Amino acid sequence: MEHDIVIIGGGPAGLAAAIAAKEAGADDVLILEREKELGGILNQCIHNGFGLHTFKEELTGPEYAARYIEKARELKIPCLLSTTVVDLQREGGGVTVTSVSRQDGLLQTRTKAVILAMGCRERPRGALNIPGTRPAGIFSAGTAQRLVNLEGYMPGRRVVILGSGDIGLIMARRMTLEGAKVLCVAELQPYSGGLKRNIVQCLDDYGIPLKLSHTVVDIRGKERVSGVTIAKVGQDLKPIPGTEEEFECDTLLLSVGLLPENELSRAVGVDLAPVTGGPIVNESLETNIPGVFACGNVLHVHDLVDYVSQEAAQAGRNAAGYVLGRRASGGAGIPLVPAGAVRYTVPCTVDPARMDSEAVVRFRVGRNMRRAVVTLKAGDKELLRKKRPVMAPGEMEQLIIKRDWLTGSEGSLTLEAREEE
Amino acid sequence: MAFVELTCISCPLGCPLRVETDDEGRVLSVTGNTCRRGEEYGRKEVTAPTRTVTSTVRLTGGGSPVVSVRTREDIPKGKIFDVMAAIRSASVAAPVHIGDVVIPDIAGTGVDLIATAEREAV
Repeated sequence: MEHDIVIIGGGPAGLAAAIAAKEAGADDVLILEREKELGGILNQCIHNGFGLHTFKEELTGPEYAARYIEKARELKIPCLLSTTVVDLQREGGGVTVTSVSRQDGLLQTRTKAVILAMGCRERPRGALNIPGTRPAGIFSAGTAQRLVNLEGYMPGRRVVILGSGDIGLIMARRMTLEGAKVLCVAELQPYSGGLKRNIVQCLDDYGIPLKLSHTVVDIRGKERVSGVTIAKVGQDLKPIPGTEEEFECDTLLLSVGLLPENELSRAVGVDLAPVTGGPIVNESLETNIPGVFACGNVLHVHDLVDYVSQEAAQAGRNAAGYVLGRRASGGAGIPLVPAGAVRYTVPCTVDPARMDSEAVVRFRVGRNMRRAVVTLKAGDKELLRKKRPVMAPGEMEQLIIKRDWLTGSEGSLTLEAREEE
Repeated sequence: MAFVELTCISCPLGCPLRVETDDEGRVLSVTGNTCRRGEEYGRKEVTAPTRTVTSTVRLTGGGSPVVSVRTREDIPKGKIFDVMAAIRSASVAAPVHIGDVVIPDIAGTGVDLIATAEREAV
C-alpha cells in the first residue's frame, strides 16, 4: 500500500491532524489506530470540562471525541482500527510503516509523510522505587479509570491515591461516587500538579484530604493490598522518620506523571528532547527526519485537549504542505532557548523563511510563580514582554512569534520567565 | 454569623475566599477575592452550589457493559448522591446515541440524564 500521509494514532491529536491535512488539500490520508474505536483516551474520560476553548461549551471526553470522529467520517478519511504500528523505517524519500492486526496480519505501508500522534502513557510503579510487597490492588489511575468507565468494574473499596495529577483527582471523585472510600491523596511536592478546579470539585467537595509533601513509604499485603504507610517528606523530598501514618486499604492508585510514548519515533531516528521526552521539532512541528511530524501528548504532555487539537491541526496542515510540495523541509532555523523558570519550549527552532506570518510557541515553567514576567529576546533586543499574575508548572503557556519580528535576526531567541523585580 | 473558607476556581490564581453569612445563611461579605468573578463564585458556592454529575449506566445489547452519561445541566450539589443512586439502579438497551435521555427528571431535579457516547446494538 502507498499513501501520502499516514497518521499513527486515532486519538484527539491524530483525528485533528487528519482533518486539517485533508482540508488543506492532502487527499490520501490514512489513520492507524490500535484500539477498536477512534477517540483515544477521551473515551474513558467521561467527566466534563472538555472543549471550552474549541466549542465554547463544556463537553465530556467521549462527546468531544465524537465531534472529530464525525468530521473525519464526513471527509471520508480511511482508518484501520485494531491495528498496531510496530516499526517505522526511512526508505527512499519516505517512510515504511509496519503494522499488525488480526484481520490483515503484518502490513507494510509506504508513505511520503508520517504524523506521530501516539499520545503518552502513565509512569508505572516500577519507576517510583516504592518499597514493600507486590500484591494485587495497585493500579495506575488511568487503568482504574478504564476499568470503572469502560469495563464497568470497580477495582477496590478503600483507596489511597499517590500523586495529585489530574487523573488521580478525577478518579478520587469517580470512585467516591461509585461507593468507594478514598482515604487520602498523597503528593510528594509541596504543591499539586493538578488543576485548581479539580482539587476543589474532586477532593474538597467530598472531604478527601490532600496531603502535600507526603509519599508512600511502604505497601503491605500478600495476595491483595492490605494497607500502605505514608510519611511526610522534607525539602530534599526524603521521608522524615517518625512521621509515618498507617492507612488500611485494599487499593493504591498511582497518578505520578505521564510519559510521551516514543518507541516508534526512536526507531525511525527522531531526536528526542530530554525535558519533554518528546521529539525535537521546528516551527512546522516537523522532526529532524524530513516528512515526519509530531503533535499532541507524544510531543509534550498537555493539560487541555483543546490545545492538543490546535497543535495537531497545525501539524496536519504542515504535513499536507510538505506532500503537496508547498512547504520546504529541514533547515536549521533560529534556536529558541529556554531561560529562567522556562523549562522547555515547543518548537525548539523557528525558521523565518518557512514559517507562516505567525508561529505558536508552547512552554511550561518549572515552579509556581506570582507576578511573573515573560520576555522573548533576540540577542539583547526585546521582542515581547508579557506580565502574568500567576504561572504554575501544571498550566501550559503559549505565545505567538510574528515573522516580522525576526527579519535580520541572527543567533538565537531566548524565552525567559522570572518574577517581577 | 458564620464563615466559610473556599478556594476560587474562576481562574488559575485560586484566591482563598472567606464568605461571611448571617444566621439565615444570607451572604454578608466575600473577602480574599481579587476580581468580581471571585465574589460571584463565593456567593453562589455558599447559597446555591451546583455541579454536573458524570457517570456510567449499565448497558444491555451494546457489546460493552456500560455507557457514559451526564446530567444535561448542573444539579444542586446536595443532590449528587441521590442522582448517583438513581443511576446505579438504571439500565439502558443499545442502540444509545449521544444526547439520548436515559433518565428524565433524575431524582426530582428537573434535569435529564443523557448519554454521552455512541453504542450501536450488536
